[in-house]
Amino acid sequence: MDFNNDLIASLKTEIPNGVLAVDSQTDIFTVTLERSHLIQVMAYLKTAVGFSFLTDLCGIHYPDLLSLGVVYHLHDLKNNRRIRLKTFVNQDNPVLDSVTAIFPAANWMERETYDFFGIQFENHPCLRRILNEDDMSYFPMRKEYPLEDASRTDKQDDMFGR
Amino acid sequence: MSLDKEYLTINLGPTHPATHGVFQNIIQVDGERIVSAEPTIGYIHRAFEKLAEHRPFYQITPITDRLNYCSSPINNIGWHLAVEKLLAVQTPKRVDYMRVIIMELARISDHIICNSILGVDTGAFSGFLYLFKQREFIYEIYEEICGTRLTTNIGRIGGFERDFNDIVFEKLEKFLLSFKEALEEFESLFNRNRIFMDRTIGVGKISSQMALDYGFTGPNLRATGVDYDVRVMSTYASYEDFEFDIPIGTTGDTYDRFMVRNAEMWQSLSIIRQALDKMPIGPYFADVPEFYLPPKQDVYHYMEALIYHFKVVMGEIPVPSGEIYSAVEAGNGELGFYLVSDGGRTPFRLHFRRPCFIYYQAYPKIIEGELLSDAIITLSSLNVIAGELDA
Amino acid sequence: MTNPNQEPKKVNMADAPEGIQGQGFFLTSLQKAVGLARKHSLWPLPFATSCCGIEFMATMASHYDFARFGSERPSFSPRQADLLMVMGTVAKKLGPVLRQVYEQMAEPKWVMAVGACASSGGIFDTYSVLQGIDKVIPVDVYVPGCPPRPEQIIDGLIQIQELASKESLNRRNSPEYQALLNQYGFQ
Repeated sequence: MDFNNDLIASLKTEIPNGVLAVDSQTDIFTVTLERSHLIQVMAYLKTAVGFSFLTDLCGIHYPDLLSLGVVYHLHDLKNNRRIRLKTFVNQDNPVLDSVTAIFPAANWMERETYDFFGIQFENHPCLRRILNEDDMSYFPMRKEYPLEDASRTDKQDDMFGR
Repeated sequence: MSLDKEYLTINLGPTHPATHGVFQNIIQVDGERIVSAEPTIGYIHRAFEKLAEHRPFYQITPITDRLNYCSSPINNIGWHLAVEKLLAVQTPKRVDYMRVIIMELARISDHIICNSILGVDTGAFSGFLYLFKQREFIYEIYEEICGTRLTTNIGRIGGFERDFNDIVFEKLEKFLLSFKEALEEFESLFNRNRIFMDRTIGVGKISSQMALDYGFTGPNLRATGVDYDVRVMSTYASYEDFEFDIPIGTTGDTYDRFMVRNAEMWQSLSIIRQALDKMPIGPYFADVPEFYLPPKQDVYHYMEALIYHFKVVMGEIPVPSGEIYSAVEAGNGELGFYLVSDGGRTPFRLHFRRPCFIYYQAYPKIIEGELLSDAIITLSSLNVIAGELDA
Repeated sequence: MTNPNQEPKKVNMADAPEGIQGQGFFLTSLQKAVGLARKHSLWPLPFATSCCGIEFMATMASHYDFARFGSERPSFSPRQADLLMVMGTVAKKLGPVLRQVYEQMAEPKWVMAVGACASSGGIFDTYSVLQGIDKVIPVDVYVPGCPPRPEQIIDGLIQIQELASKESLNRRNSPEYQALLNQYGFQ
């Protein structure tokens, strides 16, 4: 699509080394970003290109690649275009910049991603757990943890096929 | 020298009659005016996203029911649309029209709850009783189609398990007439009611810029003046065949949200009428044998059908890998499904973009400076459903 | 104006308890009389958390009408309620809140667990959901279903009414009851 090619070209000129990969075969145009240039690309997309609505922000864990990722979906309401941005960090030291200053809607979504995956967002106004108990010691959505609570006593796992 | 002010801290706790669901707000008040509020959620966190990673695609539909349980068919059909997008399946027109009728009924039932409970919170209990009778009619229609009242698990990936029979059409016709009268009566009680207008006009105002910044969608956004509706912008299930208006408000206060929901109920009635009039003849399911259960007659007589039935229910079908984002217009806004599949029998990652979770984070900003009783009314009119909030 | 040819309306009245009746007096035991009064005036505290709460709203509405069983006033304050109806999933985060609400209720009190999630965790066998409220408070009646139909919730209420009418006046002070409360950590 011409718009997408122009967008990538202008991104590469404005913020060199920001774009790591591009995927135009999925349903929504997907761009993988370098994590240190995340804020610049987000600000550019919001003000200069017009993707002013943050639809979604979620985390994802790839244990085989030892990385945690965050996926952003943006929406340009005036021209009805969507874009998907991804950025990855190492699972042992997951630190990423928070986009709350650019999109206030990201506040709770980043807290949820921290709660589930343990990704630390720098410059977040109030990064603490939101859905789980505050003193939980692990990050439950990571693939190595089971679904059921390890301390429950009333169900026999072999009867339930586990 | 300045006077030391002491603020009173009130706990609008998880169990409270006026918060419709379990969420807590620790509010600091100066007299009656709210200075700051800090919400705490997660009191019914059921770990849907983790649960979905352990269930085959066919078995995820019952858990999507429990997201926004006031209008569960919309969640079910949204999930089916997401999987069909991943599989690149085209459903026949009849399936689309049947889905539209069911989704609009669910939208009506969601708005009935929100508006009548807003009436109860301002002190008017009768509207609740009149409209809940109409909800019983909607439940009877659901029972005729899928067997249950509330958590419907309606339809299948690819269509429906059985066609609408004559009783469904008869009940739909009767519902359209009786609901029209009931909604007119409800509006006559509230729309120009002096007390209701005094309590709700100017309360809980949100500007459209703030609403867009905080990710609002659905009736709350439309009440501020922005006409963003997923049925029009990213259309699905043949919504382009129907003619309907998108009601919008001006100031984004509680009265506008109430009126927008009422107007949307009228639009839904008109869409159901159009769908019934133009219902096409055709199959009621798409040809997806890997995901759609074969007819029970065949399962009892033919070996292939039995094997397919087993494989579908146990999820032993290989799914193409890929990722999609699919959204529907739920009762509260854009309900999105971000599905990443790696070819296994369960999704690799399923994330629900829940509208309530996203717009509830703006609540402390909205009620800053308002009176305490106005904060309660604002919370009711935002229609925060705890199941969708915590997921 | 009443029509003189109309049949007088039949009014349903509660059955009198067993007792000896005579000219101007009725002799029965205090326990039966108190049981009859309690049975027909249970005030519920609807602790509605999720989907079962919506079915409760349908039960309270005019089609199924909970109020005809004496539960006219759903009280949201634990101090004034007799029956704690827990409807919906209870997460581990909400457990302490539920205990506090139960402690604040005055004796005699009954607890009804409505729905599969309150009875045993339901379909949510996950790390964050309490697998049944009987892990934190003693329960009298369990109503299964996901969500249970309003008729089932009313059936549960009728079971509680049976329990209330047959309960001995001394039960709440008996050592067995104290042992039950101690099991859960209540004094």
